Amino acid sequence: TMFATQVYGDNGKMKEYHYTGPVEHRFSPYSFNGGTVLAVAGEDFAIVASDTRLSEGYSIHSRDSPKCYKLTDTTVIGCSGFHGDCLTLTKIIDARLKMYKHSNNKCMTSGAIAAMLSTILYGRRFFPYYVYNIIGGLDEEGKGAVYSFDPVGSYQRDTYKAGGSASAMLQPLLDNQIGFKNMEGVQHLPLNQEKAVQLVKDVFISAAERDVYTGDALRICIVTKDGIKEETVPLRKD
Amino acid sequence: MALFDVSGYKSHAGLRGQILGTGVGHLVDRPNQEFAVPVGVDPSGFLKSCSREGAVSIDLNHGTTTLAFKFRHGVIVAVDSRASAGSYIASKEANKVIEINPYLLGTMSGSAADCQYWERLLAKECRLYKLRNKQRISVSAASKLLCNMMLGYRGMGLSMGSMIVGWDNKGPGLYYVDDNATRLSGRMFSTGCGSSYAYGVMDSGYREDMTVEEAYELGRRGITHATHRDAYSGGVVNLYHMQEDGWIKVCKEDVSELIHRYRKGMF
Repeated sequence: TMFATQVYGDNGKMKEYHYTGPVEHRFSPYSFNGGTVLAVAGEDFAIVASDTRLSEGYSIHSRDSPKCYKLTDTTVIGCSGFHGDCLTLTKIIDARLKMYKHSNNKCMTSGAIAAMLSTILYGRRFFPYYVYNIIGGLDEEGKGAVYSFDPVGSYQRDTYKAGGSASAMLQPLLDNQIGFKNMEGVQHLPLNQEKAVQLVKDVFISAAERDVYTGDALRICIVTKDGIKEETVPLRKD
Repeated sequence: MALFDVSGYKSHAGLRGQILGTGVGHLVDRPNQEFAVPVGVDPSGFLKSCSREGAVSIDLNHGTTTLAFKFRHGVIVAVDSRASAGSYIASKEANKVIEINPYLLGTMSGSAADCQYWERLLAKECRLYKLRNKQRISVSAASKLLCNMMLGYRGMGLSMGSMIVGWDNKGPGLYYVDDNATRLSGRMFSTGCGSSYAYGVMDSGYREDMTVEEAYELGRRGITHATHRDAYSGGVVNLYHMQEDGWIKVCKEDVSELIHRYRKGMF
């Protein structure tokens, strides 16, 4: 065969293919639309990057559907998973940001947005948003901050995090290159912006090689005190 | 009574009817917080049933070992730091102890989101208690608040095993609270999938009159050996000591280094 099919059942044993009779297919409110997001926090910058492929099953719906959304001048969120929930969630966050701005006469800080997102996600604890979120931005001291979430709102602050379909492939690579883990006798040099951007590009190129749901193009948002800069880089389209 | 109003307690039968009977899509917890519930489906099995369809796989952060024990000089609390989502390690440095106030700590095991949310809510209620009553909340009352929050959502698939540790007028306090609304006071508890291993180590080394250093070592060993044998525990050991004038954070050590240190005594 030219491709590997999923022949393993839940417990890792091979599934037997035989016709069992009528099977009930229930409506599933969810669907998996693929995509990978990544965020890195530096000393005075943060990078949020995502691929732009929108897929479903064996089809590609769009090659130009980025998963980074700008929230404020100092915060960008990357959302991957089920596209319908990504859109609704970002709408709700935008509305809550406006409400906060009107009530408190100031913009929400990255830490505050992260705490708020946690409660928004937990409000759907029994019918979750199927979205893997990563927030990247600058904290109140101007240092880079990354917050990663699970679908129901558990979160923590990190230095770097990968989420989405290729996350399990990218995270170990980031642990090694940014965290200097699992290496000996290496100098721990702090990450500057140019090196970080190049690393992000290399890492996504690797992801596009090995993950079918990642590819087409890469959108990078670089957050600094001077604002948010966007860059688009082509990736494999196959 | 001040505590009864604030605890959010609802009778179990009334809640059940609200969830499964009327088909209304949400559950009113307190006036400012509603939880969306899938209509016509049992919430606890809903996520699992979705995960069988196609490529949808919603994995939530899970898994742990935590332990706490009372001894002559206070209470020791030790936790690991691994958060797993299915078989993927989502975080190696998860924070599983919530510092409610300088005299109260809460540990988290089970579903990370459930623990973070409810214990943060508990921290809010403890603060409100202090503002309303001009004195700090007792460990017994704090654990009861958490227990009643769990009772309100019993049977809906929450997963939380927590220990509330503190020092109040009655001395050091240690309570175990879980998602079934079990609430137990005791001298020694361990929670999470690695708890059996931690119990073994603690039971064999525990003495009421240990020195402080011996107690720290026992806590460290309990978590280290549990992470060594349990796949869903790992990372670093975070160790806290609850004393009469508040808690202190003792250390944060990588489990792989600790296991090498102990290896000499193992074989």
